[in-house]
Amino acid sequence: MASHFHAFQLFFPSLRAGGGNDIQWCFSQVKGAVDDDVAEADIISTVEFNHSGELLATGDKGGRVVIFQQEQENKTQSHSRGEYNVYSTFQSHEPEFDYLKSLEIEEKINKIRWLPQKNAAQFLLSTNDKTIKLWKISERDKRPEGYNLKEEDGRYRDPTTVTTLRVPVFRPMDLMVEASPRRIFANAHTYHINSISINSDYETYLSADDLRINLWHLEITDRSFNIVDIKPANMEELTEVITAAEFHPNSCNTFVYSSSKGTIRLCDMRASALCDRHSKLFEEPEDPSNRSFFSEIISSISDVKFSHSGRYMMTRDYLSVKIWDLNMENRPVETYQVHEYLRSKLCSLYENDCIFDKFECCWNGSDSIVMTGSYNNFFRMFDRNTKRDITLEASRENNKPRTVLKPRKVCASGKRKKDEISVDSLDFNKKILHTAWHPKENIIAVATTNNLYIFQDKMN
Amino acid sequence: MGEEEGLHQTPLLDTMFVRGLKRKCFDGEEDIEGTLAGIKAIPSYNLQRQSLLDMSLVKLQLCHMLVEPNLCRSVLIANTVRQIQEEMTQDGTWQMINTQSTGQTSLDRLVSTDILCRSSREQAEGKQVPGYSSFNKDFEDDQTQDSSETMSTSSSVQTPRNLQSNVWEMENPQESRGNFQKSLDQIFETLENKNPNSVEDLFSEVDNSYYDLDTMLTGMMSNTKMGHCDGLETFSSPTTATSNSNCKSDLNELDHIVEILVES
Repeated sequence: MASHFHAFQLFFPSLRAGGGNDIQWCFSQVKGAVDDDVAEADIISTVEFNHSGELLATGDKGGRVVIFQQEQENKTQSHSRGEYNVYSTFQSHEPEFDYLKSLEIEEKINKIRWLPQKNAAQFLLSTNDKTIKLWKISERDKRPEGYNLKEEDGRYRDPTTVTTLRVPVFRPMDLMVEASPRRIFANAHTYHINSISINSDYETYLSADDLRINLWHLEITDRSFNIVDIKPANMEELTEVITAAEFHPNSCNTFVYSSSKGTIRLCDMRASALCDRHSKLFEEPEDPSNRSFFSEIISSISDVKFSHSGRYMMTRDYLSVKIWDLNMENRPVETYQVHEYLRSKLCSLYENDCIFDKFECCWNGSDSIVMTGSYNNFFRMFDRNTKRDITLEASRENNKPRTVLKPRKVCASGKRKKDEISVDSLDFNKKILHTAWHPKENIIAVATTNNLYIFQDKMN
Repeated sequence: MGEEEGLHQTPLLDTMFVRGLKRKCFDGEEDIEGTLAGIKAIPSYNLQRQSLLDMSLVKLQLCHMLVEPNLCRSVLIANTVRQIQEEMTQDGTWQMINTQSTGQTSLDRLVSTDILCRSSREQAEGKQVPGYSSFNKDFEDDQTQDSSETMSTSSSVQTPRNLQSNVWEMENPQESRGNFQKSLDQIFETLENKNPNSVEDLFSEVDNSYYDLDTMLTGMMSNTKMGHCDGLETFSSPTTATSNSNCKSDLNELDHIVEILVES
């Protein structure tokens, strides 16, 4: 009997438990304003789960950070995982004015990265274009009562009125979550910070702007080390910028950075103090049949992410997602087309600046599925094992929890089938740039312009 | 909204660019459908390429706002401009253009078109709007026409530019060109911390009241209104400029731009 079952599984891999299953995604929650009129400050600019997945942080254009916490699983409600509710909200960055250049410094949060939890408090790094801040988020659910020299409201008692002594005791109070800035790492970047990445040593981190990458120690704010500098001596010769950077998840001496020309450089900090010479250069030769004036722009990498295992890295350029094996530099091992139907529309997308949109990408916990966003509030997932992909939509129309999301399809040309949407009907204002996948579960967070959607797989 | 309109208006532009590069090799190559189509394709391709070049230069121009321009975007656009220039050099279009007589720099005209097309709110917020939708319409409607189309478009924006110049006390076209170049400088120089105030540089010949941001923006907005209305009225007066001189002056600008683009 058992052998029949195994044979059955070989023929139908989707029935194998684990990574091979086709996930059925259901709507779980949506956070944010319902209006179509989007306030600029509410535009979500980054989304990140913490290492346990219990906390989900978002940053917005107004410089605020909102952290959601997953409810503890309710044993009676076994059909769904805990919901995410607001845990803490704070203003991380304020708008600033650079008087020297007479330019505003935007308060928009470009990236949030969580530190692994070491004690009761949580720590995260948040950054805008110029300044990185380390925030401590701590809970307070008890307070001391019964002081001898202080009244309950804090006023000091006259010591002469004290007749008896008592020992103050801790009494429970409503949970208060406090966020306080513990470190401010400023004045190290001339250009706009696009990435921060915490090292696996949990003591240092890197910050990357358009032309330089700096290495910081989490305890030291008045000094950082420049480890990459691609600024040419003569700025006239500038043709390439850094677009993203990340530390390797396991090797604390290794990091990668991507460029606007579609290359990724892997650097080893042990080789030299200034890592201007890469250890490895990842670049795919251009396809001559697809060459156009837009080739370089669409090859510009908008995001780079290591797999959890550290063996692969994923890059996102305008039209595709590529998976690279760190041992093979000359081409990616897998390429997935996100929205190839846009290739014939590149000129229009150049005109309306959409071609410069920076989409991010992410891995699932087991590195078997990758996800990225697209237009019309569509997002795409690619299963690396089954080679199947799916397009889903983040919209309030699919509002019922446990309703399985219907796959979407874009009709590139010719006759549009029922339920398909034609390329010209796509809403290019509705872009999903930021997505995140829970490190352990099949829970995803998808940010539309000003709403955060949470989807889960259907549990039976 | 704008994005959807943009996609509808430039479908032919898109197709040209997908196929256009094959036509570049038209030197007796056999991949053109028919000789007639081939002959028509070449001026059309040049026009489309010219349009892309113009669009790119306008995009680079839109950097003189309150928030620092996105360096990655600027570099990518500048590289596109260089690519086009290189191709035009290889094509021989470049040399042909250089022998023509001087005309008014179309870049200045394009700059003013865009400023005119932007709404006052977007100006205040420093957003970059494709002010190009109307410009591209001309190309989409009349694929196969060449110089006459370009002529009328150029003339329609010529006068508004003059009006604008008057308000800012910059009547000399040389000066306006210089200021345009200066604003291109700001793309990278601002980041270099060399020029303290990009806005100041742009209006360096203007009196002090323009240093007050509100006055400046109000000035721009009222100027825009004026310019736009007058532009429509003078639409009917064509210049003697040919499409070639249009290209030619662009390419002269290109020389300057490539030199100055990211001045150290």
